Amino acid sequence: MSRSDIEPADSRPQVELSEMTLASQDTDIARGAPTRQQTERIRTTEAKSQGRLVRERFFRHKGALAGMGLLALIVLLSFSSIGVAGIPGWWNKEYDVLGARFNEGRPTLTLWPFSLGEHPFGQDVLGRDYFALTMRGIQTSLIIAMTVGLVATLVGTAVGAIAGYFRGWTEAVLMRITDVVITIPTVVIAAVMAGVVARFGILPFGVFLGLVTWTGLARIVRGEFLSLREKEFVESAKSVGASSARIIFRHILPNTVGVIIVFATLAISGAILLETALSYLGLGVVSPDTSLGKAINDNRSALTVRPWLFLWPGAFIVGIALAVNFIGDGLRDAFDPKQTRIKQ
Amino acid sequence: MLFFIAKRLVISFFIMAAATTLMFFLVISSGDPLSDLGEASGSAKKATIAARTEAMNLDQPPLMRYFLWLQDLGHCLVPGGVDCTLGTDRSGNAVLPQLESAIGSTFRLVLVATVIALVLGVVVGIVTAIRQYTTFDYSITFISFVLFSLPLFWLSTLLKQYLAIDLNTWLANPQFPYLTILLVGVVAGVIWAVVVGGDRKRRLAVFGIAAAATAVALWLLLVTGWFVTPGLGPVGMLISAGAVALLWTALLAGFRRRRILYAALTAAAVGYAGYLLSIPLLADPNWLTVLALLGLTVAAAYVAGGFVGGPYRARAARISAVIAFSIGLLIFLDRLLQAYPELSARAGGRPIPTTGSESPNLSGGFWETNLDYALHLILPTIAITLISFATYTRYTRASQLDVMNQDYIRTARAKGLSERTVLVKHAFRNAMIPITTLMAFDFAGVLGGAVITETVFGWNGMGKMFVDGVHTVDPGPVMAFFLVVGTAAVLFNMLADIAYAFLDPRITLS
Repeated sequence: MSRSDIEPADSRPQVELSEMTLASQDTDIARGAPTRQQTERIRTTEAKSQGRLVRERFFRHKGALAGMGLLALIVLLSFSSIGVAGIPGWWNKEYDVLGARFNEGRPTLTLWPFSLGEHPFGQDVLGRDYFALTMRGIQTSLIIAMTVGLVATLVGTAVGAIAGYFRGWTEAVLMRITDVVITIPTVVIAAVMAGVVARFGILPFGVFLGLVTWTGLARIVRGEFLSLREKEFVESAKSVGASSARIIFRHILPNTVGVIIVFATLAISGAILLETALSYLGLGVVSPDTSLGKAINDNRSALTVRPWLFLWPGAFIVGIALAVNFIGDGLRDAFDPKQTRIKQ
Repeated sequence: MLFFIAKRLVISFFIMAAATTLMFFLVISSGDPLSDLGEASGSAKKATIAARTEAMNLDQPPLMRYFLWLQDLGHCLVPGGVDCTLGTDRSGNAVLPQLESAIGSTFRLVLVATVIALVLGVVVGIVTAIRQYTTFDYSITFISFVLFSLPLFWLSTLLKQYLAIDLNTWLANPQFPYLTILLVGVVAGVIWAVVVGGDRKRRLAVFGIAAAATAVALWLLLVTGWFVTPGLGPVGMLISAGAVALLWTALLAGFRRRRILYAALTAAAVGYAGYLLSIPLLADPNWLTVLALLGLTVAAAYVAGGFVGGPYRARAARISAVIAFSIGLLIFLDRLLQAYPELSARAGGRPIPTTGSESPNLSGGFWETNLDYALHLILPTIAITLISFATYTRYTRASQLDVMNQDYIRTARAKGLSERTVLVKHAFRNAMIPITTLMAFDFAGVLGGAVITETVFGWNGMGKMFVDGVHTVDPGPVMAFFLVVGTAAVLFNMLADIAYAFLDPRITLS
């Protein structure tokens, strides 16, 4: 709104016009009745926290919601059916009990009319119930994948944050270590030691895989820290005497949480595939424990005669990885709206 | 530039040194190299233990074993390569000859899969970005997410079990009922209609044309027995050469500048002349002849295209060279396919092999050998390509969308440039810059994937060397594998950085 709208310029001397203050203009507008446009603006404007914006964007992503639903279903199915940690589930068979084979171990699952039958996913060569075995495999694979995601995220964030914040020699040493580990393809470095570590159980195995897959995140977090540490708010935190730990945890890290969460999600889906690939090479989970990859490896020669032994665990691997990937995609869109900015 | 390369080489050397140290100690501490002898007994066991101790220096402390391995490696680094063995495996055989025989098949696999995935992924990625938020975009997004989530070994086994067997059975008697031909046509029509887009009328027209063209083409191929004796033939080659010329012109220059179109058609004529003239030379050539002929054709087309191009000399010459190169590839493919009937007969009418990287005891000329390689490559390449393809599509799409959102694209449109110029010259070139980095990373991933693919398909490549070495706690083969893979990864990363600076002038190497 220019001054000429308030008063015709020719009715007053120029000097008086130039002395008119901004405050007087505001009161002029305030006195008049609000226009339609202004009321609308008042109605639609609403303070939203960053977290709420992210949440809203995430729940708009249909793929991510479907992924969440699918993952929840799979988790619920596997943990409720055979139970966990001594708590029994609703399925009455054990995954490691041998038995007589009915009808050559064919699956008894029928979708219409829906009935599970005696052995929904059939039985393996030794007559073990394959449904219970697959559920147990899902549990193991999920636990390993979660451990990998947790360890890789913690290590990657720590290395990247320390290198990016302190610079100098610390950065040089840490990033050269990262370069060394990144030079070795993940499957290769994991395969060498996996056979040994897996014998100690699934948790050490997950921790080990996490220790070889953190490198990507370390680079990303370092990059974020390098740019954030030069920002004014870090400068001001330093000027009031905040400690390094406080600046890192309270001022910089919350600004990088988006990339970290996205990486963690994708690390989990990557870990599912890595674990199954290693188990396939005979370098992963060992008996009596089982995982989805091991179940496939145990039955790989059975594909021609008993394809269900091969297909069921594979379908669950694809299902879990797909669900997690979609969730990761939704999170990326939610934290980085720039990527979905244009809808033509 | 030179300083940058020198600096990177020195850093890379130290990184590789540290990585090999890490790998070596991981390998030798990963188990007991004698554990498989637990059940044996008597003098045979003692002899084996003695032999292995000798071959793997088991009587030395770990650090000493590492230095002995470094010494073996050092022999290969001194000029001349005297005593270059890269150490011995546990049976006392030198590793280098094994590596030499294994490296060929693995690199063939990795190279072919990377190139196919790159080309397909970039093309599909660009199209999804241009047709953002259409059915096509959503379908490709979903498909690439599924491909991301597929375990490589599971996919490979399924391909081997189902695709290969059915394809072989079908190839023995390649016929389709009319209904199938029709269905294939309809599917192709739907895909083209969704890709081209536009309003309802245009989509229907595209659907009709594409469906009819595909169905008729498929019917012609079946009737003429193309799947029994594949190849292009003189007529097919003429049509293909013309089509290639028009396609590249449409993509790179448009038809408005007539002189460029004439130059493109001249290049097609040069390529076709090359095809006719090279028939006797290509009876049983070697790689040198093939490459020399290709270079000659491209050079001839470059000169001729520039001559015809008139005012657009440089541009016409470049396009002509691209066209001649494409026709050269077509000629190669045509010659390769001519060896198919004989090879198929030798395989007992089941031409797609499911195991191994080459047929044993195959005695044939240049074309037979290479077609045999190609047929063995089909299944593993599909498996690796599908998974890499997903990565390339997603990255290309994101990158292209990012570029299309820039101000200079709006400026280009505002000054009235054609959509083709905006997309190809302004957007595509800049969108490709980040893909160079992805290529470097993906290469290492594909090499890792080759370990699994080779296991599934029973190849005797580097991946098998590695897996066997890990199982037997034998550092020789494992380290040889890692030397190749690690060096490749480091080199590719450096090349990507240099290419990045070359393509994006805002980045300076320091």
